[in-house]
Amino acid sequence: MTVPGRDTTADTVRTQPIVTSDDVVRARQLARTLAVECGLSLVEQTKLVTAASELARNTLVYGGGGRMDGEVVSRTAGRGVRLNFTDHGPGIPDTDLALRDGWSSGTGMGLGLSGARRLVDDFVLRTEVGEGTAVTVVKWTH
Amino acid sequence: MSERLPILRIGENLLVSIQIDLDDQTVLNLQDDLAEQVVKHSARGVIIDITAAEIVDSFVGRMLATIASISRLLDAETVVVGMRPAVAITLVELGLSLGGVRTALNLERGLAILAEHAAARAAQA
Repeated sequence: MTVPGRDTTADTVRTQPIVTSDDVVRARQLARTLAVECGLSLVEQTKLVTAASELARNTLVYGGGGRMDGEVVSRTAGRGVRLNFTDHGPGIPDTDLALRDGWSSGTGMGLGLSGARRLVDDFVLRTEVGEGTAVTVVKWTH
Repeated sequence: MSERLPILRIGENLLVSIQIDLDDQTVLNLQDDLAEQVVKHSARGVIIDITAAEIVDSFVGRMLATIASISRLLDAETVVVGMRPAVAITLVELGLSLGGVRTALNLERGLAILAEHAAARAAQA
């Protein structure tokens, strides 16, 4: 799946494969590194890293593994961190349902997707049944 | 790299400090270990110190709530201490208010809560 709105050069993108439970920890650490580099405030960092943790776990548990690509991006109003999570898992048949609080197909509390969406500024979910899922989030400096 | 966190015993209470970036399996291990140790030591209180935790996501949040419920069934009180302000803000926005979990700002206050509990228990007996 392609990443929506990619506008920076590929060499700034850092990738973390998400194959094991340890990789979820590494994805969090990469998100934290990017958040610090970008200059996000402590609360914004915490929100972004928490969202990354939820999304990386989804990629592993529901997507059967995949990757996180992260980079610092800029716009006129400031900088931000963009994280893109991709998997080639079963996809999400009903995205409205999946984004609802409390809904879970697994053993979680059903806050992963909906919670992550609240913690970031931009949230784009693209999914196709049988093809996989891509979630792109951006947290901007304020 | 799933690990087992050390659980310390202070009198009738158990103390566990979350100081590393935990993977999910380590979180689940902690749940089981604490339940076992509560019974083994007839513990009356459990303190989970999250001072060093940079984030608490829904998985760890659920673990905290579950440990509190399990301990209660095993006749022990749980107090989560040391939550950072940014973590509290993030948890609420995430949708987890941890309603059933007792919290205290620091270890000292957490121990004081458990001591009050113990005193109330003794008065009842």
